Amino acid sequence: MRTTVPIVVAFIAGLLSVVGFFFRTDTFLGSVRQEFLVWLTIVGGFTLLLGVVSIVRVNWTAVVRKKPGWQYKILTLVAVFAMALPSVLPSSKSPLLGRAEGSIYDWLFNYLQSPMMMTMFATLAFYIASAAYRAFRARSPEATLLLITAILIMLWRVPMGEAFLDLLPGHIAQLLNTYVMNGVNMAVQRGIIIGAALGAASMSLRIMLGIERTYLGKS
Amino acid sequence: MVISSFVSTSLRFLLILALVISVCPQVAWAQADDAPLFRADRINALILVVVFCSTILLYTRWAKQGKSLFLRKIPGLDEVEEAVGRATEMGRPVLFIPGIGELDEIETIAAISILGRVARITAQYETPLMVPVRYPLVLAAGQEVVEQAYIEMGKGDSYDKDTVRYVAGEQWAFTATVNGYMMRERPATNIYMGAFFAESLLLAETGNAAGSIQIAGTARPEQLPFFIAACDYTLMGEELYAASAYLSREPVMTGGLKGQDFIKMVIIVLVIVGVILATFGVGDWYVHLFREV
Repeated sequence: MRTTVPIVVAFIAGLLSVVGFFFRTDTFLGSVRQEFLVWLTIVGGFTLLLGVVSIVRVNWTAVVRKKPGWQYKILTLVAVFAMALPSVLPSSKSPLLGRAEGSIYDWLFNYLQSPMMMTMFATLAFYIASAAYRAFRARSPEATLLLITAILIMLWRVPMGEAFLDLLPGHIAQLLNTYVMNGVNMAVQRGIIIGAALGAASMSLRIMLGIERTYLGKS
Repeated sequence: MVISSFVSTSLRFLLILALVISVCPQVAWAQADDAPLFRADRINALILVVVFCSTILLYTRWAKQGKSLFLRKIPGLDEVEEAVGRATEMGRPVLFIPGIGELDEIETIAAISILGRVARITAQYETPLMVPVRYPLVLAAGQEVVEQAYIEMGKGDSYDKDTVRYVAGEQWAFTATVNGYMMRERPATNIYMGAFFAESLLLAETGNAAGSIQIAGTARPEQLPFFIAACDYTLMGEELYAASAYLSREPVMTGGLKGQDFIKMVIIVLVIVGVILATFGVGDWYVHLFREV
């Protein structure tokens, strides 16, 4: 029963979605896929509680057992409730509650969460530099070719570099666009995308037929 | 049996569908006008779907009948057991990240399938496993799969419910948590499978700095260069979806992979024909076949 019901649900949902693709979107069959996505959002909303339970249990256990860094776990727990509780309480009681401008949630989001997210994203530049250094080291003819191509592409992508390339004879920028970006690069990307799309379709079919059951914990 | 049950179930389903449409036409027909039931401009896509499904089912049938099917080696997947063994020898955990996508993405489902296989190996070797997730639905599916793997390996008592844990719903909060874990616990093996976005390089570079063996797999071409630069092995595109079938070695599942390869060959031939026709300037009708009818 625990295996059969999910397989039947997967089969019906999958088949309806595929069939729906061939019908107008203002019909029931044509809009069924969108309907399933709405259901997923609703189910996802309810399961959020599972996430809260998981994060509280893991961090609370660490605090109780005084695991290394337990002080930070207290901070995590405080952060979870400090963000969540004021946002779900009615704003009619106080302007600090709810999610409107000037509320506790709004303040925490704008002045703590958002800058921290942006900081994390900004560090990506340094990670790219270290990864690029490793990837572009000229250890072999292939790596050297990659290095030269990468330098030219990076030069072309910044205004100053493009102006510099235009000074050289041979329309290098145009050649890069035609042969590297729209030629080799595009061909490889499309090859990967076609392969991945076929793989996804094949896996979907295996799931619909109940051949692939490993996502249910079955071998 | 699989094919006959598929055909009979499909027929029953279509019969019910036809019955519903005949009783309640607005299910399939637009109420505003009498526009046709079927989108004829997508007939080419329907033909492709039918050919694709038939090929997969045919190869699955052959595989079930015992016909030998060759599968090329995928080094990244062959290395999974070695990498877990290394973690066992070093007494350090294995970190598995099933992407940051929701469960409605096929990449996440593929990652959950691979997680089941990895959990069997960690259960066998009694190696600690850590699986941080970004969505509660993935948490529920991951916990079910890992628990089942431990039970199947006879190690149900070793299963820790917090092996799969929800860490954060925000992309960068998730990344910060996982990076912190990598630098503190220094897992011997990091496995990244599924849908990744801009955080891919942050995760993989941190794992690299922590000295972990890293195996990654994603179907997103824009993230592949980052994984290739920072990981020891990378599964590209379709290899991610093939992973669970490859690791299981079950004939029925490998049949699907062979069918997929056959369709790929057909597409390659179609592309070559298109290139030749376009080169000679007579390919307009051919291109039109693949756009709309």
